[in-house]
Amino acid sequence: MIEISHVNKWYSPTFQVLTDCTTSVTKGEVVVVCGPSGSGKSTLIKCVNALEPFQSGDISVDGTKVNDPKTNLPKLRSRVGMVFQHFELFPHLKIIDNLCLAQQKVLGRSSDKAVAKGMQLLDRVGLQEQAQKFPAQLSGGQQQRVAIARALAMDPIVMLFDEPTSALDPEMVSEVLDVMVDLAHEGMTMMVVTHEMGFARKVANRVIFMDRGEIVEDAPKEDFFGKPRSDRAQKFLSKILSH
Amino acid sequence: MFSNFDFGVIVRALPYLFYEGMTFTLMLTGLAALGGLVFGTAIALMRLSGYKTLGRIAGFYVDFMRSLPLVLVIFWFYFLVPYIGQWVTGASRPISVGAFASSLITFIMFEAAYFSEIMRAGIQSISRGQPAAANALGLTYAQTMRYVVLPQAFRNMLPVLITQTIVLFQDTSLVYVLSITDFLGAASKIAQRDGRLVEMYLFAAVVYFTISCIASFGVRRLQARIAIIR
Ligand SMILES: Nc1ncnc2c1ncn2[C@@H]1O[C@H](COP(=O)(O)OP(=O)(O)O)[C@@H](O)[C@H]1O
Ligand SMILES: [Mg+2]
Repeated sequence: MIEISHVNKWYSPTFQVLTDCTTSVTKGEVVVVCGPSGSGKSTLIKCVNALEPFQSGDISVDGTKVNDPKTNLPKLRSRVGMVFQHFELFPHLKIIDNLCLAQQKVLGRSSDKAVAKGMQLLDRVGLQEQAQKFPAQLSGGQQQRVAIARALAMDPIVMLFDEPTSALDPEMVSEVLDVMVDLAHEGMTMMVVTHEMGFARKVANRVIFMDRGEIVEDAPKEDFFGKPRSDRAQKFLSKILSH
Repeated sequence: MFSNFDFGVIVRALPYLFYEGMTFTLMLTGLAALGGLVFGTAIALMRLSGYKTLGRIAGFYVDFMRSLPLVLVIFWFYFLVPYIGQWVTGASRPISVGAFASSLITFIMFEAAYFSEIMRAGIQSISRGQPAAANALGLTYAQTMRYVVLPQAFRNMLPVLITQTIVLFQDTSLVYVLSITDFLGAASKIAQRDGRLVEMYLFAAVVYFTISCIASFGVRRLQARIAIIR
């Protein structure tokens, strides 16, 4: 579903943020990406839907090359759901309009269809009563669930998550993770940047560990938690698991 | 000075002052603000586009407009537009455009420079995550601007935009150099005709002051309302 091969990216001639990153996510797979802050996790996941350009290597999603200038990026992105650390709901639109905007403008759905789909997804994340509110009137956990529903409304073939719970108060983390776990159990293909190792243990197929722009470890979950091969991954794991 | 102050002059002149003069002033203000906002937004988008040449042209335009006295632009433009029109259409003689059209175009061009700076600040005030989220949903650049970035920029900047429009409302009185019957022009004509300079200019000042004050008060109310929604 996602093929990443030998991707290199520089933010400036002297600063290489991604170095020869190669990995893949197959259909129905849940891949967790972890690593220290600043290691390039967000950059890598943003390369997947071409929110960030990269200088060399290839990425393809469902057979479409994202770094091909001929690719219709808006069309490709409409099939790749993305959830951000800071939710990024549109603050000037009501919750339901947040869910309908792209359905109507990108997929060309009628207003009735879009609203129906939106309400169905709000119901699924348990927020149907909030449809007429504005994002600022919701808690962080609720906003992030809306953001997930907004991405799902586009019927994506794969979902990308960039630290979806790290901007949340601790008591709201689980309500968001629960939605993600359900999604994983339903067979959604997911690439998830997170430090929630409980989530990784529960639903991940593979875990990728990044450090300084490199993919240091890329292993099945059992191997990764059993005996990480690299020192850096071991150190990182012992740090985040100790608290 | 006020011993022979004649209120009757003002009262008799009211229909003329408001039907002719104020209508013109408000129409010029409204249309110039609208046009200035549209073109100003376009200029702001050019400056933020990332295309260097486009940005430079827009930047030069803004600096150029802001370094000229408005009254001079109004004056020159009025005499130049007919010739520009002739040149554009290839007509054999200068095209007469009329004082209203000429001053409207001038004000739109001038206000576009100011509004573009306001809109630029407004667009920059929106975090990069917003357009990223819109793009991630498949919205094109144009759709992202139209539905996500500009509505927020406009809302954030509404108080400043209205304040600038109040300044514009006062500046429209400069069309007197073209002998146009805007509100001040109308007052001035009556003043000359009846020899009642004190009454008419004082009344004109009171009217400009009152309208601007009410509008400023409205802006402050609006700011308070926006603050709650955020
Ligand atoms: N737009 C940018 N311009 C320059 N440097 C950036 C930019 N975005 C991120 N970086 C840098 O790239 C590195 C990786 O960032 P990021 O991918 O956000 O890491 P992570 O998500 O793993 O914390 C960091 O050192 C960060 O400072
Ligand atoms: Mg990050």
